[in-house]
Amino acid sequence: MEQKLYFKDYNEALKQNKLLGLKCRACGTITIPPKMACRQCGSPDMQVTEVKTDGKIVTFTTIFVGAEGRENEVPYTVVIVELEEGPWLMGNLEGIDPKAASIELIGKKVKMSTKVFPGDKYSPGETASPVFSLVN
Amino acid sequence: MKKVAVVGVGQTKFSGPQDKTQVELFAEAATDAIEGSNLKPKDIKALFLGNALGDFEEGQGMIASYAAENIGCMYVPTNRYEGACASASMAVRDAFMWVASGYYDIVLAGGIERAATMGTGMATRTFAMFSDSRYEFPSGITFPGVFAMLTYLYSKTYNVPLDKLREQMAKVSIQSYKHGSINPRAQFFGKNADMTVEKVLGSFVVCTPLTLHDCCPFSDGAAAVVLASEEVAKKLTKKPVYITGTGQSSSGPLINQKDFLPRIRSREISSQQAYKMAGRKPDDIDVCELHDCFSIATLIASESLGFFEYGKSGEAWEKGEADIGGKVAVNPSGGLKAKGHPIGATGAGQVYEVARQLRGEMEPDNQVPDAKIGMTDTLGGDCATIVNMILERGW
Ligand SMILES: [Zn+2]
Repeated sequence: MEQKLYFKDYNEALKQNKLLGLKCRACGTITIPPKMACRQCGSPDMQVTEVKTDGKIVTFTTIFVGAEGRENEVPYTVVIVELEEGPWLMGNLEGIDPKAASIELIGKKVKMSTKVFPGDKYSPGETASPVFSLVN
Repeated sequence: MKKVAVVGVGQTKFSGPQDKTQVELFAEAATDAIEGSNLKPKDIKALFLGNALGDFEEGQGMIASYAAENIGCMYVPTNRYEGACASASMAVRDAFMWVASGYYDIVLAGGIERAATMGTGMATRTFAMFSDSRYEFPSGITFPGVFAMLTYLYSKTYNVPLDKLREQMAKVSIQSYKHGSINPRAQFFGKNADMTVEKVLGSFVVCTPLTLHDCCPFSDGAAAVVLASEEVAKKLTKKPVYITGTGQSSSGPLINQKDFLPRIRSREISSQQAYKMAGRKPDDIDVCELHDCFSIATLIASESLGFFEYGKSGEAWEKGEADIGGKVAVNPSGGLKAKGHPIGATGAGQVYEVARQLRGEMEPDNQVPDAKIGMTDTLGGDCATIVNMILERGW
């Protein structure tokens, strides 16, 4: 059985700041990132849908020790955001001082754009990744 | 199913970067385990070996076959297990299954890793391979970063003020350092017994809010255990340690665990399997070697395993309830924090410790008096692989 939405198409859309998800016909859950079976009920009967990118910060961390090849990116802030339609997304929080990031960030509303991680020698290619910023 | 016993255990010192190859490290631990079982290499019917990152550490794949040949276990089937930091526990659990099935009567299981030899940059990169490479790593998430995010989430979810939580976490590290400092095979043997809350909180920030002393080290090391059927075990030793319950469970990327975090659903399922198989409950456990890769991970694990209420485990460390003499002795070896975390070997190292606890072979100040029932808990990746085992005295 073919998957309804593959990484390649999700990734290409994300580069255009368009977030694609899969809406389950059985239970209505939105699954992001794309996979074969609904994250809630396991049904493969899902259809591709464009998902609203508004959300709020669930948790975060500012990273000071980076992986080999990414040392010069530190410090940077990683966040998990809960989208209004339910799914969680991992990305970066920009437009703040990473060193000043505090627990007060949790619950704050954010909007999404994207950046492209070019990949490293272990990656099969470039990958779009969500970048969030606080909504005033 | 047949009853399965641990009849012998071995472990190298867990350490920082060192010069022995992975095959050489494993050979030391395995030969100690085989000789301690009153067996010869030719008695071993199969080798199940955890090794998460050997490809990156030494450019070595398929290491289990080389490891077996090196110790004189010729022509036996050898399987390598990769489940990040839970690799060796998967290997031991599968070895248990094969012996329980009656197919093999004596199996060697264990693990090896040279994570420290890679250095911090490469180790951080390769450990991040256990997050989702497409949907999580592009953000720059690291392994400590995952648990850092769980720390804030824990604080929010259970309404434990962050300052208080961080003090409780520091007390977890202090307890582990205390035990590790007198464990001769621990990476921090002879070190950090004088750790204080101030020193933990004031150390280098790895990723907020985790400091260096909240995090386990990168480690090199190996561990091995010999499992045998009950009838064989009775001939080999007066002190067989039976594996009475096991469980294993998996999850997807961290972001897909949203309905439960900071609870780890896969751990709840895995540990319930183990308790049910053993006919035991959390209150029955005298000693538990659990997966304290980060101080917050200890608190989260002890709650999912049922030792303490959700959001309350920090108080247990403050009151000494998770130490020797308390409700359950957690990580009297020093745990991953102080004993070390050579990831592919860690689970076998936990079995090594629990078996010695039940046999009463620990250093006096790390021995849980009259320990009869022990448990292991090992976590791989973003809480995506969990293995639990319950071990009991067979005499
Ligand atoms: Zn569904």
